[in-house]
Amino acid sequence: MNTTNMLLAAPEFWVLIMACVILIADLFIREERRGIIHMMAMITLVFAAIITVRGDYLSEGLRSATAFNGSFIRDPMGDVLKLFSFFILGIVYVYAKFYLRQFRMFRTDFYTLTLFALLGVMLLISANSLVTIYLGLELTSLSTYALVAFDRESKRGSEAAMKYFVLGSMASGMLLYGMSMIYGATGSMDLADISVAISNQDGDSMILVFGLVFLVVGLAFKLGVVPFHMWIPDVYEGAPAAVTLFISAIPKMAGFAMAYRLLYTGLGDLHTDWQQMLSILAVLSIVLGNLAAIAQTNIKRMLAYSTISHMGFILMGLLPGTADGFGASMYYVIVYSLMSAGAFGMIILLSARGVEAEQLDDFKGLNQRNGWYAAIMAMIMFSMAGVPVFVGFFAKWLVIKAALDAGLLWLAISAVIFSVVGAFYYLRVIKLMYFDEPLTESPIDAPVDFNAVISLNGLLMLGLGVFSGSLIAVCMSAFGA
Amino acid sequence: MLTLAHFLSLGAILFCLGVAGIFLNRKNVIILLMCIELMLLAVNMNFVAFSRFLGNMDGQVFVFFILTVAASEAAIGLAILVVLFRNRRTINVAELDELKG
Repeated sequence: MNTTNMLLAAPEFWVLIMACVILIADLFIREERRGIIHMMAMITLVFAAIITVRGDYLSEGLRSATAFNGSFIRDPMGDVLKLFSFFILGIVYVYAKFYLRQFRMFRTDFYTLTLFALLGVMLLISANSLVTIYLGLELTSLSTYALVAFDRESKRGSEAAMKYFVLGSMASGMLLYGMSMIYGATGSMDLADISVAISNQDGDSMILVFGLVFLVVGLAFKLGVVPFHMWIPDVYEGAPAAVTLFISAIPKMAGFAMAYRLLYTGLGDLHTDWQQMLSILAVLSIVLGNLAAIAQTNIKRMLAYSTISHMGFILMGLLPGTADGFGASMYYVIVYSLMSAGAFGMIILLSARGVEAEQLDDFKGLNQRNGWYAAIMAMIMFSMAGVPVFVGFFAKWLVIKAALDAGLLWLAISAVIFSVVGAFYYLRVIKLMYFDEPLTESPIDAPVDFNAVISLNGLLMLGLGVFSGSLIAVCMSAFGA
Repeated sequence: MLTLAHFLSLGAILFCLGVAGIFLNRKNVIILLMCIELMLLAVNMNFVAFSRFLGNMDGQVFVFFILTVAASEAAIGLAILVVLFRNRRTINVAELDELKG
């Protein structure tokens, strides 16, 4: 192992160092000047993005490069996902600052914990062995458990954190049990070696499929797909909106990367086995997520069930096991993170003095209070519903195409039917905003940076939809399609 | 003579005890934490057994990572437990019902 190899992990090292620096800097910065911490976190993200872009491993004509004896991999897919993680985390920070100030929770812990979670996400995206996958996953999970309990006085927050912790740890246990079986069957931790060992075996060994089942269960827990979804609505509702915003946007990217690495890089030869399992999980998530969302009156819970159905769509893209399918899935996960960040940004915007705007009724008559904010929310909801021209439509279209390529006609049909069902509750929000009388006339005011970012976020829904080709091309080329 | 199957069976039994404990226990959150720990230790059992019988050290190295992570996991779990008890004055699982789910 030489130094050039170590440099492949330069973005990770940078984020780690800065997270520690911010942790210590907090001791020397007075409370009223805590804005500096926010700036430091933003600078961390900007430089992390620059370091990632400047990685020159591709100049040698390689598709990917590994470091640390093959347990860490840099490839175009990882770079694109990391860059979007930085970008979306930047958006999250702008929204979160406004929220944390308003609710008197503007503490440095939020920034250090999210940066450590980001480090876990980056590690997970670049993981190439069972050990790194486990460590990245735990770093992300442990940070988010603590974040959910961020509001120490909140009864609901601590209850949500406890439920999340118990179910999340159980999922890690399942995943580890699966990993131990895979290790036992192949004698290796490295995903590339596992893949070679499996293709050399004749016939599916019992122990391997047994391990795969546990892996898929653990993965499903982490992604939050039916029937392992019960923690998602509780955590979304119980956690402070700024934390929900983070959880709904960033770790999903890592979830996708983890599914890709484990199932395709490692266990690609068991494709037929995991395709069956995932297709059942996908259809259950899409059906149950969309149906349960209709019954919700709390918008955070409604978005939680909508997340579950979106996760089902992301799984659909993985089914064919081809570059096109993975590209579609990755496109979906990036688009979903942007949409979800925008939606929770709107919830934060409407939250006033110690009361979160978490009821659907809080959106009533938004158009009369502020036309532009209503328009942004409308764009986000149209995009989530998958209305053509908006970016969400192209994401849905690509994954459904992927399911058809895999020959899963029944899955594609049910996905289409339930997106139409799902459109109902997204359009209900728009109806409330434009055709109902507002409950309060109080003006909505937000700082300049918040306004700029939420406007950008809303316009991206339209802009990425109208000019959808470039982002799709980026995602497809990341897998060499 | 102990074979690999013996060790794997023990691992499986411990793991099932852990999972069953999480689902059956309706009394105390601390027991949940113990069950989670038991699950992780069962996995360690598997790894060490495989590592020994495959003659490959990777598994034993992984066990060290799992032990370390399990320790920090327990620390965070207990921290959340303290916050929970402060806010609600109870750690009874059945009473954690403010969020429907």
